[in-house]
Amino acid sequence: MYFLAAEGGESTHNPIIPLWQEIVVGSVAFAVLCFVLMKFVFPRMEQTFQARVDAIEGGIKRAEAAQAEANQLLEQYRAQLAEARTDAAKIRDDARADAEGIRQDILAKAREESDRVIQAGKDALAAERATIVRELRTEVGTIAVDLASKIVGESLADEARRKGTVDRFLSGLESTGAR
Amino acid sequence: MFGQANVLAAGQAAFPPTVEDFYLPSILPWGAHDSYWFTKITAMVWIAVGVLIIFFLATYRNPQLVPTKKQWFAESIYGFVRNNIAVDMIGHAGVRFAPYFTTLFCFVLLTNAFAIIPLFQISPNSHIAFPAFLAIISYVLFNYIGIKKHGFVKYFKNSLIPPAPWYILPLLIPIELFSTFIVRPFSLAVRLFANMFAGHMLLLVFTLGGFAILSSNAWLAPISVLSWVMTIALTFLEFLVICLQAYVFTVLTASYVQGALAEEH
Repeated sequence: MYFLAAEGGESTHNPIIPLWQEIVVGSVAFAVLCFVLMKFVFPRMEQTFQARVDAIEGGIKRAEAAQAEANQLLEQYRAQLAEARTDAAKIRDDARADAEGIRQDILAKAREESDRVIQAGKDALAAERATIVRELRTEVGTIAVDLASKIVGESLADEARRKGTVDRFLSGLESTGAR
Repeated sequence: MFGQANVLAAGQAAFPPTVEDFYLPSILPWGAHDSYWFTKITAMVWIAVGVLIIFFLATYRNPQLVPTKKQWFAESIYGFVRNNIAVDMIGHAGVRFAPYFTTLFCFVLLTNAFAIIPLFQISPNSHIAFPAFLAIISYVLFNYIGIKKHGFVKYFKNSLIPPAPWYILPLLIPIELFSTFIVRPFSLAVRLFANMFAGHMLLLVFTLGGFAILSSNAWLAPISVLSWVMTIALTFLEFLVICLQAYVFTVLTASYVQGALAEEH
């Protein structure tokens, strides 16, 4: 066994009594460590953690916003579609109504036209008849007078008398015809 | 730093190891025994501080939403202390203490780890000065937080007067005073210090013991090999203690802060 001279069995240090130089050095060193880590490193870690949380929650929020927008658009499209359907139905109804109206118009016009044509025919017939009746009356009168004068042999030259006789005859005819 | 290894190689190491083995000659001025400003111990503290600063600044220089491997590692350390210590112990209000707790945890863990890292092989925390000032910071922190939250009178009332029948209070108040305001910083500091001190002492005993056995009688070489195997086994144990003590120190600090913040006793 060899004891170093410096140690020589003497115990100059008490391990439970701190060396004040070491307290000073340790405190300064630890203060530097605390300053750097607590100022430049760990707050940034907290920020990064927060940013990570934000990134995840932000993603969820963005997705929710997109979903809401999509839903809103869908609602809008549905509303537009329903509106378009209503419009189409209305247009169809209108067209149907219009067609009905036009049909009624055309029918009325046709009926009116036919009525008019019939009326015109009737009028023409009546006018024709009146003309024929008038001509017949003159002719029948003349023929009758001629026949009568031939039969009777006397000329009924006297206008006034002849006229009166014919008229009386014809009236007799008409009254029998009317009966 | 290499002095000890040379001593071991030369077979000049003293056995049994003494407290003096924890107080290595200073580096600047070289070899002085009464200068403590720049020793292996303080150099290791600065190295720990430097390594932690460089590691965290380098990994967190340009943080991404989708982390790289290094960034993920740095975030895991912070996330572990933040969620498993600060938030678990204190609740949501604990988040604002997470940066300090993480700094504390990393510092204690790395300085502890020097106990088993080759060429360092002694933890600064085996000198009570370092656990002591960390414990003082914790002590000041939890008292400050408590007073700030509740006010001076209410804080001490909360801390000292437990909800108990009046006739038991004369017994309880001195106990509470003693345990909360006197023992806490000492227990915190001594727990860490003693663990690291004892761990280093154990490793010294088995390592130096192997050499001592070998130099006393060459026939006892197998026993010194056994002694060194024990050293390796104890190094694993030491690794466990290193992590555990860093965790315990941080958890206890968080627990004290939680107690100071609590509404009732």
